[in-house]
This record gives sequence, C-alpha cells and structure tokens, in this order.
Amino acid sequence: MGSGTSTQHHFAFQNAEKAFKAAALIQRWYRRYMARLEMRRHCTWRIFQSIEYAGQQDQVKLHDFFSYLVDHFTPSSNHERDFLDRMFTEDRFPQDSEKFGDYESIEVPDNYTGPRLSFPLLPDHATALVEAFRLKQQLHARYVLNLLHETRKHLIQLPNINRVSTCYSEEITVCGDLHGQLDDLIFIFHKNGLPSPERAYVFNGDFVDRGKDSVEILMVLFAFMLVYPKEFHLNRGNHEDHLVNLRYGFTKEVMHKYKTHGKKILKILKDVFCWLPLATLVDEKVLILHGGVSDMTDLELLAKLDRHKIVSTMRHKTRKENGKQMKKGEANQKSSAGRPTPWFLPQSRSLPASPLRLGSLQAHRAGRSSSIPCGAPRDAKELARQVRHSVDLELDRCRQQAGFPVSRGTEEASLCTPEADSGAEEPLEPTQEEWRQVVDILWSDPMAQEGCKANTVRGGGCYFGPNVTERLLQKYNLQFLIRSHECKPEGYEFCHSRKVLTIFSASNYYEVGSNRGAYVKLGPALTPYIVQYQANKVTHMLTMRQRISRVEESALRALREKLFAHSSDLLGEFKKHDADKTGLITLSDWAEAVESVLHLGLPWRMLRPQLVNSSTDNTLEYKSWLEDLAKEQLNRENIQSSLLETLYRNRSNLETIFRIIDSDHSGFISLDEFRHTWKLFSSHMNINITDDCICDLARSIDFNKDGHIDINEFLEAFRLVEQSCSEGNASDCPQTTNTN
Amino acid sequence: MADDKEREGPDITVAEFHKKIKDAFEVFDHEANNTVDVREIGTIIRSLGCCPSEGELHDLIAEVEEEEPTGYIRFEKFLPVMTEVLLERRYRPVPEDILLRAFEVLDPSKRGFLLKEELIKYMTEEGEPFSQEEMEEMLSAAIDPESNSVHYKDYIAMMVIDES
Repeated sequence: MGSGTSTQHHFAFQNAEKAFKAAALIQRWYRRYMARLEMRRHCTWRIFQSIEYAGQQDQVKLHDFFSYLVDHFTPSSNHERDFLDRMFTEDRFPQDSEKFGDYESIEVPDNYTGPRLSFPLLPDHATALVEAFRLKQQLHARYVLNLLHETRKHLIQLPNINRVSTCYSEEITVCGDLHGQLDDLIFIFHKNGLPSPERAYVFNGDFVDRGKDSVEILMVLFAFMLVYPKEFHLNRGNHEDHLVNLRYGFTKEVMHKYKTHGKKILKILKDVFCWLPLATLVDEKVLILHGGVSDMTDLELLAKLDRHKIVSTMRHKTRKENGKQMKKGEANQKSSAGRPTPWFLPQSRSLPASPLRLGSLQAHRAGRSSSIPCGAPRDAKELARQVRHSVDLELDRCRQQAGFPVSRGTEEASLCTPEADSGAEEPLEPTQEEWRQVVDILWSDPMAQEGCKANTVRGGGCYFGPNVTERLLQKYNLQFLIRSHECKPEGYEFCHSRKVLTIFSASNYYEVGSNRGAYVKLGPALTPYIVQYQANKVTHMLTMRQRISRVEESALRALREKLFAHSSDLLGEFKKHDADKTGLITLSDWAEAVESVLHLGLPWRMLRPQLVNSSTDNTLEYKSWLEDLAKEQLNRENIQSSLLETLYRNRSNLETIFRIIDSDHSGFISLDEFRHTWKLFSSHMNINITDDCICDLARSIDFNKDGHIDINEFLEAFRLVEQSCSEGNASDCPQTTNTN
Repeated sequence: MADDKEREGPDITVAEFHKKIKDAFEVFDHEANNTVDVREIGTIIRSLGCCPSEGELHDLIAEVEEEEPTGYIRFEKFLPVMTEVLLERRYRPVPEDILLRAFEVLDPSKRGFLLKEELIKYMTEEGEPFSQEEMEEMLSAAIDPESNSVHYKDYIAMMVIDES
C-alpha cells in the first residue's frame, strides 16, 4: 500500500516532470522558429524599402544626367542639335486652351459596350462606373476627356486648402496612397460604403503610378468629386505630376490603354494635376496632406499661392536670394526682337511668338538680363562674351522648360535695368519660396529625432521631427496631422506621440502579402478610428509562414537582380579582398564588399543564407557565385553579359529617357535616336561599350526592320519589365518593383 | 543563420560576432539611434542562433536593461553581453532527434500524432505556456484539418526545411 502508492506517485511525478520538460523544449524550439520568421519578415521589408528609395534617388541622378548633357554636350551637327532639342523641348503652354480635352469630335462606336457618361453627372453614373471597372471594362476616351474637362473646371474654383466640417457629414473617411490598385479602392467602397452626403471622403494623393489601374482610379475619384463636391475631396500627392509619371508607369499605362487619344489625355491630365488642392483641413483641427511638413511650412502662404504654377515638383528654380526679379517676358522679348541671333544657335528653333510662351521664358534668376546689347559687338572678346551669354540663356531656357536644375555657373549675368514694361505679365513660374513650400508638404517624412533636415533619400522635402510637428500644431491651433506617402506594414502608423498619423491604402504594395492597407474615420470628436484590410483572398488562406515565404522570395528575386546588375563592380570589390588570388573570400568580406557596392544599408549577414547557397569553411568562391547569379538573369545568349548588366542597372533611367525622347508618345523611337541616347548616356556614365555593340543591339531589336524601335518591346526583350503586369493579369500579379 | 563554425583565432571570432550582432540589432533599430524596443530583444537573440527559454531570456534582458528600465535596450549594453553568449555557445538549439523525442513523450502510445486538443493542453498548460496568439499561430500551420491532429514527425521536418 504505502510503498506502492509512493512508487505510483513517483512514476506519476516523473511522468509529469517529463511532460513538463518536453513541452518546455517544444515551446522553446517553436519560439525560436517564430523569431527567425519575424527577422526574415523585417529583412524582407528592408529590402523592398531600400530598393524603392534607391530608385527615387535615381531621379536625382537622372537630373544630373540632363544637367551634364546641357553643360557638356556640344552639338556637332544640326541633326544632333535637333535631337537635343527634342529631348528638352516641351509643349508646356498649348496655344489654344479650348483644345483642352477636345472630345466632342471623338465618336464612340456603336459596338462599344463600356460605361457611358453624360454631364452633369449623377450619383448613379459614378456608381455604375465603379461597377463597370470591377467588371474590367474600359471607359472610352471620349468620356475620359469629357470627365477630365469637367474635373478641371471644378478644381479651378477650389481653394488650395479644402475645408471640411464634421457637422455636415457625420463621419469623414481619409484614405492614403492607392497607386493604381483599383482592387483596394473597390474594397474600401465595399466595406466602408460609397461616398454620399452623409459619408465624406478625403483621398490623400498618390492615386497613380506603379499599379495597373491608375486611369480607372482617377475616373472614379473624379466622378465622385463632381457628384458630391462638398463631401468628396482630393489632395495632390507627389505622384500627381507628369514628370514623375514618365518614370513610374502612369504615362505608360495611359498610352497602352488609349493608343489613339492617349496623348490628349496625358496633356489635360498634366493640367488637372496642377489644379488639385494641396491639403484638407477638418474642423480647423486636423490637417491632411500627402507628405508632411517642414520647419518652414507656412499655411498662409500655402493658402495664397497659385498652386497651378507648380506643374511639377521635379523642377528646381534658383532665384537669386536678393529677390531682384526681371519683369517677366521682357528679357527674351528683347532678345527675340532687336538683337541679331548669333549664327551658331539652332536656326531651326524659332523663338516663341505668343505672349503666353514669352512669359515662360522669364529670367528666373535675378539679374539674368537681356544684357546683350542691340548694337554690334565692339570686339572679339565682347562678341565671345555675348555669345557665351546668349548660349547660356538658350540652354537655361531648355533646362527650365524641361524642368531640370539650372547650372549655377550661368548665374553671373551682369545686371541690366530692363525697360519699363507697361503690361507686366502675370508670373507663370512660382517663386523659390512657393515652390519649396509645396515640395515640403508633398515629399517630407516624419522622423523620430528632433529637428528638421533635408530628405536625402527622396531627393526632395525634409525629415521633420516631433518638435517641428508640435510647433506647427500649436502655431495653427491644430490637433494632429494625417499624412500618407510611406508604406507601412500595418497600413498605418502613429508617431510623434500620436500627433502624426500615416495612412496608406495600397495593400500588398510590394508583393502579395507584404502589407495591409488601411483607412481612418473621423467623427465629430475627431478620434481616429482605423480599419485595416488586405485586398487579396489568397493572403487570407496562407499561414504566416507561407505569406512571409512568398513575399520574401519576391524581395530576394529583386535583390538578386540588383546584385547581378552590379556584377562587374562586385567582382572588382571581391578581388580586393582576395590578395592571394585564391578565388575565395570569407563570408564576412562578402558582406562588406556587397554593401560597399550596392549602398543599400541592408543587414547582409542576416540575408546571407538566402543569397549564398553553399559555403564550406565560411568561405565563398566568388566567381562561381557571380556566374550563378548571371545564369538566373540571362535569357538571351547572344547578348553580352556585361551589356545586360548595364541595361539592368540603368533600366529605369533608360526607360524614362526613351519616353522623354518619344515626345509624341507614339511608343516608338528611331534607331538613330536610340543610338544617340545610348551614346550620350554611356559617355555620362562612363560605360565602356562599343558603338558597334549598340548598333547590333539596336538592329536586333528592330524586329520588323523599319528603322524604329518599339520601346516596350525593347524593355521586354530583356525582361526589363514585369510581363504579367503589362498583360493586365489578375490582381495577384506582383507589383513592379522599380529596380535598377 | 549564425551557425558558421569559426576556425580562425579568437580575435577574428569576436570581430565576426560583433558584426553579426550589429546587423541583427540594426534590423530593429527603427529610429537609427542604436536602441531597440525591449520586446524585440528575444527575436534578435534567437535569430543569432540561440535558443533560450523564456526564463533565460528574462535573465538576459535584465542584464542588458538600464538601471531604470526605459523600455529600450541600448546597443552599447547589448553588444558585450551578446558576444559573451555567442563565445560561450550558450543556449544552443536542440537537435532534431531530441525534439522528436519530446513529442514522443507527449505521445506515449506512439500513435505518431497528437490530437489538436492534446497539443493545446500541453502547450498552454505545461512548460512555459503559449499565449493565445502563439497557440493559434502554431495550430494554423501544424494541424492537418482532416484529422484534426498534428503528425509531428512531418511537422518537424517541414519546419526544419524552412530554416535551411
């Protein structure tokens, strides 16, 4: 009895102890597994973000390229000069504003089964539009133009800062970036309800680019804005900008969907974007704007300025600080009138005749003057100075028109008092201060540290700290800020002691499963209520492990591509660590080398197991590793690996340049233009590829041998474009990561 | 991830460890000021190859925390402690076969599987119990919906492949 029970107890105790220990072991192991998954998730996020922002830095490099061209390129022939002209000339002010959205002459064929619009729009039309797009129909160009025309009329009367009140509609829903992801918009309307007088909406910019349905999103947003003008509000984002669109996919989407009328559509859109309001204020307490603020943000100035003047935030103006400004139009009025045109300036380009155009040629730098005298030059030196000066003027005009940074070297023009001009033109360029104010609110990001510093990652706007937020809120008696502009894993994020809310509405932005989208609702108490979602059924059925794997695989693919694009530099760097020429380097050296070439700031040692397959003894045979990378990417044997590498690295810039050259948006550039572009580009980037190689390449792409290259074919031929997106597949196609 | 065997001398090893620790730490240093939220320390330590129990983790955190806990861990405090941990090869993970035996302890009749209710009971009542979230997450991946059980041998194999 006694000992029996105690033995039983003993065994029972032992068993219990064993079970306890076994459970503890399993839990320990499992927690470690989950921790590593968590780490992978974070690393994946870092990869996507660093590639995205590195792409934006490329924009700065693109500007540098054009500056370089304008500074250094001496046209050696009329032909090349024309080519340069084509690159820089922009038809900024159409002669005839009536031509805007000239849609009435466009006929809609009888067999058109898509949605039809009539104006004034009724709520049913807008709802029908959403439904039609859900069924993947396309709106006919005539209605697109008509809608844009009406949109423009409406926007013009809006103030820079919309004012909304919660007394009117009981609740206000604020949505962030959509980036062409129509599924998310449809989901929001489905879950939150369609816009109505009782249900106000504010869409906080970045409606277009990257995703594949930017056109449809705009149509829906504009339609609801026309139907419910008091309750439906739009803020401009940094992507509502025709220059940014050239690079990030919207221009391409429009031309692809509207081959005949795309150009017209883009033209009016360019204007519509400039007329979008800059911010929205709810109950005078909650400020909603796309990017953020800076320590110089001045809401009064922002409310007063002519927002239409800011065509693109990619344009830099360098007004002299002393504020002396030329009366607009005078400088060049003089130059177009009395002064003899120097013989070497391109005769082909005629100086503009209409007053509108003249205005755009204003000397935007103070002191820039028509200092070239009307009389004959006195001596050779004087002639040389005059000539140089007028060339500078011309080049600056090109630069300015194209919206690229003006070379500072040309600023030293001597002052010359302009003759009194009776009719001072209305300034068609913003002042430096105005431009800066707008750039700040469209491009800035919050940071944790106090202070305000330049946003070097984006190349525009600033990073603003909690003290900047606090000061602004106090100055204007506000409660908090709502902004967008940055993708967040949960679709939203509070910072600055909950005084700043980031709201991002494009779910699965980087890849299916990468992040949630969110929107925020405000009632009269102005307490933010957040709703999250992920607009893709697939993600719901995956376990966390599977979701992370999928997203991770996509990130790693993008990263491997980037590594491949820098193969030559990597090889050079590896060799530096291999003084004894063994062909091997340590994994630690690998990590250092990779970071020093790519500058992505990624945790390479964490990522190493996924990027380096097998390594024994903590060393790596780097040459074969690079070869393996190449094998993954190469799909055309006849193209040199190094050329492909270069193309990959410069893909986005090349595409953008092509689209700029293709000024009539036909989708084609001539072989000559292609070769010219490549020559210029490669000389600027110090790329060592023979002209012959390029000619061969060009000719091999000209599939139908008519002397023209289809831009898309070119890019797709080298898998420089995600094929699935251009084919318009279902929503679970991966987003185009703009890798370079 | 950090399973490489260092064959070189101790100085190089320490330098290696420092870089690895820094990389892992920086992933969670969201404000770029050399601090991480204390709640992420477990993730960081585990992704460096260690497999501490919750109790051991709490002891470690106590070592690296400030005198007056701020909710943040500074890198300067974390680095030396973590380096020691790696040098001493503390908290090594269990090999696969030991893990299998642990499951078998919970499955004395050697069926080869555990029922969902059994798994829940053991994981939430024994050892260092799971939170509800942890339990749900484990179930979502481990349980075969048709039999409502986890075939632990396959489960272990699947998780291990994932890691390599």
